[in-house]
Amino acid sequence: MKLLIKNGRLVDPHSRVDDTVDIQIDGSVIQNIQPRLEPEKGCRVIDAAGLVVCPGFVDMHVHLREPGNENKETIQSGVEAAVHGGFTSVACMPNTKPVNDNRSVTEYIIARARKCGLANVFPVAAISMGLEGKNITEMADLAAGGAVGFSDDGRCVMSADLIRKALEYCRMLDLPIIEHPEDHSISGEGLVNEGLISYKYGMRGILNAAEEVIVARDIILQDRIRSRLHLTHISTSRAVELIRDAKSNGIPVTADATPHHLLLNEEKITTYDTVYKVKPPLRTEADRLGLVEGVRDGTIDCIASDHAPHTRDEKDKEFEYAPFGAIGLESTVSVIYDRLVRTRIISLNRMVELMSTNPARILNLKDRGQVTRGKPADLTVLDLNRRFSIHEAAFRSKANNCPFLKWEGMGKVAFTIVGGKVVYASGD
Amino acid sequence: METSGFNQRHLLGIDHLSASEIDLILDTADSFVEVSTRNIKKVPALKGRTVVNLFFENSTRTRSSFEIAAKRLSADLINFNSSVSSLKKGESLKDTVLTLEAMNPHIIVIRHSAAGAPRYLTTFARSCIVNAGDGFHEHPTQALLDALTIRQRFGKLRGLKIAVVGDILHSRVARSNLILHQKMGNPVNLVGPPSLVPLEFERMGARVFYDLKAGVKDVDIVMMLRVQEERGAGNYFPSIREYRRLFEINAEVFATAAPDAIIMHPGPLNRDVEIETSLADSDRSVILQQVNNGIAVRMAVLYLLKGESNEAAH
Repeated sequence: MKLLIKNGRLVDPHSRVDDTVDIQIDGSVIQNIQPRLEPEKGCRVIDAAGLVVCPGFVDMHVHLREPGNENKETIQSGVEAAVHGGFTSVACMPNTKPVNDNRSVTEYIIARARKCGLANVFPVAAISMGLEGKNITEMADLAAGGAVGFSDDGRCVMSADLIRKALEYCRMLDLPIIEHPEDHSISGEGLVNEGLISYKYGMRGILNAAEEVIVARDIILQDRIRSRLHLTHISTSRAVELIRDAKSNGIPVTADATPHHLLLNEEKITTYDTVYKVKPPLRTEADRLGLVEGVRDGTIDCIASDHAPHTRDEKDKEFEYAPFGAIGLESTVSVIYDRLVRTRIISLNRMVELMSTNPARILNLKDRGQVTRGKPADLTVLDLNRRFSIHEAAFRSKANNCPFLKWEGMGKVAFTIVGGKVVYASGD
Repeated sequence: METSGFNQRHLLGIDHLSASEIDLILDTADSFVEVSTRNIKKVPALKGRTVVNLFFENSTRTRSSFEIAAKRLSADLINFNSSVSSLKKGESLKDTVLTLEAMNPHIIVIRHSAAGAPRYLTTFARSCIVNAGDGFHEHPTQALLDALTIRQRFGKLRGLKIAVVGDILHSRVARSNLILHQKMGNPVNLVGPPSLVPLEFERMGARVFYDLKAGVKDVDIVMMLRVQEERGAGNYFPSIREYRRLFEINAEVFATAAPDAIIMHPGPLNRDVEIETSLADSDRSVILQQVNNGIAVRMAVLYLLKGESNEAAH
């Protein structure tokens, strides 16, 4: 099966291209990229005139909930949501039931995803057995089974000794340790950002310091270990500064931020709407601006959604009892384009770097995050001139806990192509 | 009785009220104070209406005060008590409230340990919702009954200085009072150890003091808060002994307040922990008057809300 994408504007930071070209796909692979290609006989043609063709977007932080919490999301509904939102690859976190702390769970996830056949699913395995923070997992075996990184997401590794050993051990695997930076002894039972708003609205707070002390700790350890450290869902401006300093001192560290931390602040929680209950919490406007600056200047490497589906009943509760988390697979591309690119805070090229090039590089997905001859044909095609509106009825995810519901703006996913197959076309 | 000017459907917090609405509630309460002095302490104002007391936290004074208030207005009242732990096991708050609402109550009075729970109810319930204390957030009827007590004593609610002393961080009483007195333009001092009095409260217009004497100097009202040992006091201050030494109000410290200053406490008291027992029982203490005023204030709140605006929904 051949597919020719004609007249699209290709934006590929990996090969430093921003030009109108035709892309010939043969089977699952990109066969040719030329200014003008004529369709061969029997070749499907997509006229991408006026559209932007990008290397397939990679969301390096999602929760697909399977195995164990299929009432919230399944691998099937998760990958449907992914391709609907323009993501060709996702990296799923290990806090499933059972925990992805052994090769059989990793292989199960990959096998299930393969059966679904929409987006590529790359499992992130646990750092510690059972996410208990005591003993490290069989990282080499997990890597051999297909794990692309290690994280105790949701539960920060509180022992500095254990994170040191994990960083050291996985150096031989060339895979990242993905840290959820949260000092649980500081965050405790906290619900929202600690400050004037938490005090006024009577909710236990989570200090910025809960994140920053772990960011600082890990950077200091990493200065000596020089393994691969990725800090996920950064939320405070001080954490951005710490990472900026580390990078300028040549310490290998990367980081991501979520759309909700980039576009929303703590004032959202004053109505006790549980859709805004996330971890780390929505921070102050000053933190948000610091984070946006980090995305702009390169301190933050990726945008990842931390897609965290919960059932409607679970979120329809007193704020204190609702679970943390928001979904983002089906809103991220549009809201980031509309609010960060269209407003000229970042360039389109930078957006593609943040959402494709860099996450693929960090997860060591050597064939992804690029539009290159001979590589898998994973493409995200955007229509920047079409209006979007985020509404629940359109979601493929089982969940609706999206903080961007009712948002409108410009920029929609037109096609999602995974391994040469059109897995989503707008208007479907 | 004149009730125009009160346009609230619910009473969720002092934050939502204007100064004139607060005045109106207190004026209305004044007339109910009189009702409570009669031989037959009952008026037919809420006859045929149903009030549900929905308490998820232990409470004697607030719950019984609402109960008496409802009954003196001739409303029908049902008490629904549940510990949060049993709720966690079984029915959700939403299902509990929807079940109760199937019986067509007009007003639901809710106390809950989770901040924002009353507001959450308003997203789906048809009844008027009255906040009887939500977590550390607000306790509006307490601040209103405090205000009524202050007004009775000083003949006014404006131009007064107030100090609130103790565990500000975990006190809904402190928050509601702070907000109320700011609406009245009264300076508020917050006094306690730094671990229980975040400096951020200064950004809400209060002044923060770590020294009791400095904090109560020249104030007209000293409001003591209960030391909540159940909150794990040890995390916030080393011992009751040290707390008492620094923050217990006694006659000597109280003498630095304004000459006709009063002492208040929302109860229950820890005698000789936050307040010297002789001071609590002195003529400067209005603690029992506060309890007494609770009934009139809650009558006023129930009366003004009436459950009228949901009549169409039934």
